[in-house]
Amino acid sequence: MTDAIIETKGIEVRFPLPTHFLSRHKPVLHALNTVDIAIRPGESFCVVGESGCGKTTLGRTIMGLQPPTAGEIHFNGQRIDQMDEGARKPIRRDMQMVFQNPYASLNPRRNVFETLAEPVRHLMPEKTGPEVRAQVEDVLAATGCDPSWQRKLPHEFSGGQRQRIAIARALVTNPAFIVADEPISALDVSIQAQILNLLNDLQAERGLTYLFITHDLSVVEHFGTRVAVMYLGRVMELAETETLFAAPKHPYTRLLLDAIPKIEGGSFENLREPGELPDPVNMPPGCPFAPRCPMAEARCRAERPELRTLANGTEAACHFAQ
Amino acid sequence: MAMLEIEDLHVAFPKGKKAEVEALRGVNLKLEKGERLGVVGESGAGKSMLAFSILNLIAEPGRVSQGSVVFHGENLLELSERDIRGIRGNRISMIFQDPMVTLNPVLTIGTQMVETLKAHRKISDAAARKLCIAKLKEVAIPSAESRLGAYPHELSGGLRQRVVIAIALLTDPELIIADEPTTALDVTIQAEIMALILKLCREKDVALILITHDLGIVAEVTERIMIMYAGLCVETGPTHQIIQAPHHPYSAGLLKALPQFAGRGTRLYQIPGSMPPITALPPGCAYHPRCERATELCKAQIPPLEHGHACFHPIDQTEAAS
Repeated sequence: MTDAIIETKGIEVRFPLPTHFLSRHKPVLHALNTVDIAIRPGESFCVVGESGCGKTTLGRTIMGLQPPTAGEIHFNGQRIDQMDEGARKPIRRDMQMVFQNPYASLNPRRNVFETLAEPVRHLMPEKTGPEVRAQVEDVLAATGCDPSWQRKLPHEFSGGQRQRIAIARALVTNPAFIVADEPISALDVSIQAQILNLLNDLQAERGLTYLFITHDLSVVEHFGTRVAVMYLGRVMELAETETLFAAPKHPYTRLLLDAIPKIEGGSFENLREPGELPDPVNMPPGCPFAPRCPMAEARCRAERPELRTLANGTEAACHFAQ
Repeated sequence: MAMLEIEDLHVAFPKGKKAEVEALRGVNLKLEKGERLGVVGESGAGKSMLAFSILNLIAEPGRVSQGSVVFHGENLLELSERDIRGIRGNRISMIFQDPMVTLNPVLTIGTQMVETLKAHRKISDAAARKLCIAKLKEVAIPSAESRLGAYPHELSGGLRQRVVIAIALLTDPELIIADEPTTALDVTIQAEIMALILKLCREKDVALILITHDLGIVAEVTERIMIMYAGLCVETGPTHQIIQAPHHPYSAGLLKALPQFAGRGTRLYQIPGSMPPITALPPGCAYHPRCERATELCKAQIPPLEHGHACFHPIDQTEAAS
């Protein structure tokens, strides 16, 4: 692949679970199961799903924070999943991450300048002291942070301000690709809009590519160019955002869309009982969604549907999707 | 006389040795039998404080410094600890945010349910168990009999919150106060739980005070809404009326900031700044530093709550329509 900035080829992440030492049965949790996605430069690729679907693991695996058990990850055509730390260092400059909780992701004992200067000093060792300072000041201005914040500690800031600082830290090395893992979920409603606008502005100014991980489909509809819907470690549907919202193909996507509370009201009146998630350790052999699916037939319980491209360009992993 | 009448409620916390700061600064509220009210606001607005003060549960060193909470003609704030126990968890029940925290992890579901029932009723063990099973069935817990022996960790998050709802319903309360009951849950489970609460309240004519930051949920579940900001109610009225035509600039800003109202690729409306902490409230209307309609009057005086909104320069209907 040439035109993708990030491409994953069949990545899998398996976590072995603790077992009794005499037990022959070795249970394994499949956090990611053959995930293939290709993210195009300049897009906001969204990953949605419920907790435990593997969306965070996907982000962490792409960032190299979690080694994949199998599969390949390519960044600008270069394979990065088997690189050692030294070879990876120049790439880390180009890929950065924003985490969910700005109360946990900033070091409480480090002032803002130190927090922002650290990635520059570490990843761009050629920079001199004044250059580091200039770069920190530039990124603070770009993210709407006041220059006077530099000497302050994280506890002096509100949640929205902290998330701005976390975004500034991700941007300080001028990366091309950002993984944003639920960057607005911990923030108040009036602040969420501020941060989403900031991410949009930064994308326009700097041509950033985002992998945006969220559970909130209304944010996806506003923000995303393409969406992957994940369920129990697999991509169930992958489509352009507008297509996904206009014509959801996978029953799980429809379930998620029905579950969004609507400002017009009325959607809880005829809610279908969606049932509970199956145990991710002892997965049923067929479609992982079959136990909750209203359309499921015998074939769904026996044979797992692969992701396939439909007539409208959507990819869906469902035997009955058309 | 309404079932519940709160008048001029103030909650104060000490600041230093002599001074106090107010988390609630004079809240009025009336609730009729069977009415469903949504209390909306950002963190720190005082919505949980309001819920806790109804049942006289404000933790030390906070205290209700002024006002009354009258339930069926009786001021709950003047009751002895013994007398209020006859109301708390009996005629008024509470559902909290995180079911993993509200359920006791070392007691079975059955023990916890029977315990609640025996605290309020003279009832034999066998009859209590029978009633518990009936309540578990009401909240659609599969194989209710066998669940009585289960511990909370054996249930999923959604089932746990159902158990909490079953416990809240055990004593046939007249009012349920639900404080962010689905914030810890996934979207599909959230929809199920909210649909269940809505159905049960309707069937049993139970009044509901639903505390949430999610305007979508309020729109789906409640008939009346109360929007709080910095310890005061800034707007109240029929839910759908306010969602369609808010008068207070803060309510309007919250609604406009929702991603579902903005077109794709457009900027979200954003309220500048963030809510001031209760220790540093500006003079006059607490919202004026963020408000585009603010004048000198707003900086000098706190606007009274009249015609359902507390604003000197409310948005009128004709203006909102244009």
